[in-house]
Amino acid sequence: MAPTPSRDVVVAGGGIIGLAVAWQAAAAGLAVTVVDPAAGRGSSWAAAGMLAPVAEAHFGEEALASLNVAAVRAWPEFAARLESASGEPVHFRADGTLLVASDPSDRAATDRVLAFHQDIGLAAERLGSRACRAAEPLLAPGISGGVDLPDDHQVDNRAAVGALLAAGRTAGVAFVADEVARVEVEDGRVRGVTLADGSRIAAPRVVVAAGSRSGDLGGLPDGTRPPVRPVRGATVRLRAGDGVPRLRRTVRALVHGRTCYLVPRDDGGLVLGATMEERGNDLAVPLGGLADLLDDARRVVPALDEYAVVETASGLRPGSPDNGPLVGTTTTDGLLMATGHFRNGILLAPLTSSEVVGLLIHGGRPDGPDTGPFAAFRPDRFAPKASVARGAPWAPGVATGP
Amino acid sequence: MIAGTELGSRLLLGTGGMTSPESLAAALVASGTALATVAVRRVDPSTRHSLVDLLDGLGIRILPNTAGCFTSADAVLTARLAREAFATDWVKLEVIGDDRTLLPDPVELLDAAEQLVDDGFTVLPYCGDDPVVARRLEQVGCAAVMPLGAPIGSGLGIRNPHNIELIVEQAGVPVVLDAGIGTASDACLAMELGCSAVLVASAVTRAGDPALMAGAMRDAVVAGRAARRAGRITRRFVAEATSSFEGLVGR
Repeated sequence: MAPTPSRDVVVAGGGIIGLAVAWQAAAAGLAVTVVDPAAGRGSSWAAAGMLAPVAEAHFGEEALASLNVAAVRAWPEFAARLESASGEPVHFRADGTLLVASDPSDRAATDRVLAFHQDIGLAAERLGSRACRAAEPLLAPGISGGVDLPDDHQVDNRAAVGALLAAGRTAGVAFVADEVARVEVEDGRVRGVTLADGSRIAAPRVVVAAGSRSGDLGGLPDGTRPPVRPVRGATVRLRAGDGVPRLRRTVRALVHGRTCYLVPRDDGGLVLGATMEERGNDLAVPLGGLADLLDDARRVVPALDEYAVVETASGLRPGSPDNGPLVGTTTTDGLLMATGHFRNGILLAPLTSSEVVGLLIHGGRPDGPDTGPFAAFRPDRFAPKASVARGAPWAPGVATGP
Repeated sequence: MIAGTELGSRLLLGTGGMTSPESLAAALVASGTALATVAVRRVDPSTRHSLVDLLDGLGIRILPNTAGCFTSADAVLTARLAREAFATDWVKLEVIGDDRTLLPDPVELLDAAEQLVDDGFTVLPYCGDDPVVARRLEQVGCAAVMPLGAPIGSGLGIRNPHNIELIVEQAGVPVVLDAGIGTASDACLAMELGCSAVLVASAVTRAGDPALMAGAMRDAVVAGRAARRAGRITRRFVAEATSSFEGLVGR
């Protein structure tokens, strides 16, 4: 039997988060192995690559919105560094997003959210119907107006994942095409991992970046298992042929209360998304959700009828109880979490990876564990407390009324 | 009290549309509800950390619904899947007749209700506010009727209070006002009209602060029920003095 290889760090999961961690950790001199049966081909591949801190900011999620704004600001430098390390373009585009309302009821709904966004200091400006159509002439004449979101950008997520793989290889990352079956822990310390094929890799540090599967890994000690669940999303990839008009920038739309987005690429491609369904690990794309998506998008941009359908893709977003990520150290020495990024994995990759790489190199934050951009997103924030009801570790501390 | 089971609250909560499990949990707790609906087609009960775990953890009974069904055959099949998956024979029966208004299809609904009752289900049908349809549903053996106040998610309140009163007046089963509630006063009115319970979903899940709205709904249902039992005064066109003028100095 071959001797057990020994590494500084094993990263369980090669999505955009795991790849970004691995590349930068290896570039900093650590010996890193990424374990994933199909690195870069999970939800990071199905995603549309929207970097949308404002459009994705919901009532009650102010802390997450601040993190997301910091993340979009980190993207230009991250993209430049990644392009130079990999020699591949990632097509980061800082041209903003237009949110449009399909009818007056949708307009009332976008106005309500707009007031919230402005209240918490996010960049958003109300536009009339004509202003929307001046900014984006392909919009349907009937739209009721919209909102300019100048801080919501996009990147070609597939190009970014490809560049991360290339940069990782150049930096010396080892890739193992298998699954982590167990994280090996002894005396409260990480010792390495056992793979699905039974082989082992010894390592003093393991980063759990396995997306929606992160909670299924074997061997995680009590209290460290991340409460993530799979939330399926389907996207459709389209292409504008020669002479077919193209969108200028990302358009999001509220159509009879349903949300869709259209993300145009530099090469004439366009990504249309996305459904939200909780059906376990099933990746199948049901026709109903797809039909709604296509109907809504065509209503907003009628020219889509001329686009060619290239593919449908689906992925499993790693949803956490409060929609925020779980990033940082755990009560087990050497076990780190970088998961639960839900709808914002592409957006948060630069921030999460720099946080995790800092923790790998320095063993902790220089100024204490409860500081930095992820202070509100520590992995242990959902850990069961004595008073919490059985089976619902994330049940909040709300008093039951009379 | 539905089908011989006493529930601890007259407020039912729909779970669709919530932005995060944590805010849903907070709303469920604040609402004091004992029964929450779950869309069979949108939730897989076997998934770890799913909605089902959350409801179990809070001790809230699950009422599977057949949301998204357009035919009776579809709804019957979905209800049977729900019985397997959620281990309950209670079902909130929804058969939608129109994609835009999401109004129920009374013909398909009655057909599905009859089949499911025969099959041993406890059927709670989501129906229009038509007293005749409500009576027919009761006659085929439904355990309650759930007339709408207004279309699903519209927040328009109770558009035809008189029909709801007619349904209540004739019903031998509980009447649960379903759909259309926009704010607490709508839920209160439903109870004042004599409904046994109220189901709210988007009014809570899409509120700026869902837990606060859930608590408001809880209080509204309690207040409306008490007002109904207390007996309201008659509406008069002009004032009626609350104390007599007789015997006052100078009169």
